[in-house]
Amino acid sequence: MTFQWDWGFAFQQLPTLLQGLVFTLEATFFGSLLAFVLGLVWALARLAEVPVVSPLVRLWVEFVRGTPLLIQLYFLFFIFPSYGVTLPALETGIIGLGIYYSAYASEVYRAGIEGVPRGQWEASLALGLPLRRVWGRIVLPQAMRFAVPVLGNFVISMFKESAILSTISVLELIGQANIIGAETARYVEPLTMAALIFLVISYPAARLVRLLEARTGAA
Amino acid sequence: MRDVTMRYGSRTVVDSLLLSVKPREKVAIIGPSGSGKTTILRLAMGLERPSEGWIRIDGNYLWHVERNGALLPAGEQQARRARRAVGMVFQQFNLFPHMTAMQNVTEPLVHVLRLSKKDAHDRAADLLTRVGLATHLDHRPAQLSGGQQQRVAIARSLALRPKVMLFDEVTSALDPELVGEVLNVIRDLAHTTSMAMMIVTHEITFASDIADRVIMFDHGHVVEEGTPDVVLRNPQSPRTKQFLKAILER
Repeated sequence: MTFQWDWGFAFQQLPTLLQGLVFTLEATFFGSLLAFVLGLVWALARLAEVPVVSPLVRLWVEFVRGTPLLIQLYFLFFIFPSYGVTLPALETGIIGLGIYYSAYASEVYRAGIEGVPRGQWEASLALGLPLRRVWGRIVLPQAMRFAVPVLGNFVISMFKESAILSTISVLELIGQANIIGAETARYVEPLTMAALIFLVISYPAARLVRLLEARTGAA
Repeated sequence: MRDVTMRYGSRTVVDSLLLSVKPREKVAIIGPSGSGKTTILRLAMGLERPSEGWIRIDGNYLWHVERNGALLPAGEQQARRARRAVGMVFQQFNLFPHMTAMQNVTEPLVHVLRLSKKDAHDRAADLLTRVGLATHLDHRPAQLSGGQQQRVAIARSLALRPKVMLFDEVTSALDPELVGEVLNVIRDLAHTTSMAMMIVTHEITFASDIADRVIMFDHGHVVEEGTPDVVLRNPQSPRTKQFLKAILER
C-alpha cells in the first residue's frame, strides 16, 4: 500500500482545524497574560527578601521549573477535581500554562531588575524619590527593555507547546487534527496542515521578536 | 561629620573622620584613587551607613535621632529627611536613560517637591537653560554628549535646591575636550550661589579656583587641609607634595 497525499482532503479539514486554532490562540493569549503577571509577582516577592515568604516563593518557582508541564496539567485536570476543584479543560490548560511559564518569566524579570545599574538606585535615593516611584517609573521600565523580547519568545514557545493541552481534552489545533485522524483514518494531512498553521504564525512572530531585540539592543 | 569611620569587611576606608562644612563653604577634596574620598561623599549623601560616628546635615542627623540629649540609631526614614538638604552629582551621571533631559529634571520636582506639572516644567527649563542646554530639553541621555549629560545631572540635582551639593569626580568619565564645559558650569555655580559644596576632583586648577578649603585625603585620613594657597601651592606634607607633583606631570 502506498501513501497518497490528498490535497482535496487536506483543505477540506481546514475549517475544523481553524476552530482548533481559536482555542490555541486563546490558551496562548490568556496563558501569557497570566504568566507575565504571576512572574512579576514571584520576582518581586523574591527580591523583596521578606522572611518566610521569599524563600517559599523561591521554592515554589524551583518546583514549577523542575517538574514537567505534562504532569502539572495532569494534576490540575485529573487529580484536583477529586478534591473538589473542577474547571473546564481550556481554563485548566490556561492556568497550567500560565503557572508553568510564570516560573520562567520570574527569572527574566529578576535578571532585568538586577541588570538595572546601581547608579539608577543611587540617583533616585539622592533625589529622594518615593520608593513606589523608583520601582514604577525608574527600575521596572528599564528592566522591561531587557525582559520584553525574552517574554516575546516565551509567547511563541507557549503557542507551540499549547499542543500539549490536547492531552487534557482541549480541542486545540492538534486535538482537532487527532480527531480528524481518528474519524477518517487519515492522519498525515490533518497533522501536516496543523503543523503548517503553527509555522505560518510562529515564523513571522519570531521575526517580530528579533526585530524587537535588535531595537532594544541598539538603544 | 564626627568620628565617622567606614569599614568594608576588615578594610577601613574612612578612619575617624572629623569634617564640618560651613554654610556657603566650598570644600575640595583631593587625593589618590582608592584613598576613600568618594566614600566621604557617599557617606554625606547617605548612600552608605557609617560603621561608626554620626553625620548631621542642616540640623538633621542622617542615621540618628536625638532624644533627651542622647543619640539613638535611626533608620531609612530619618535618612530620607536628612537627605533632602543634600544633592549629588555622580561620576557616571546616572541620568534616567528612558527620560528626556526635561523629564529627568521634572521628575524630582513633581514627585518630591509636589510642584504642579507647569511649575515643574518652568523651573526645569530655567535650570537647563542655566547649564546651557535650553535647546536640548527634549533630548534623551543617549542623544547627548557626556558633558551635556553631566550638565543635565547638575540641573537635576539643583532642582531640589539643596543646601549642600556634592560633586564626585564629575569630569573623570568625560572626554578631555568636554571637561571644560562642565567645570565652567560648576565654577559659575560656586561663585553665584549660597550652597555649600564638597567637590572630589583631580582638576587642581579648578579646585584652587573655587575652593575656600582644600583637603588632601589618603588612606582614610586627612593628610593636610587649608586654603588652596597653602595646600596646593605651598604644601607642608611630603605626601601632598608628591601627589601634586604626580598629578601635574601627568
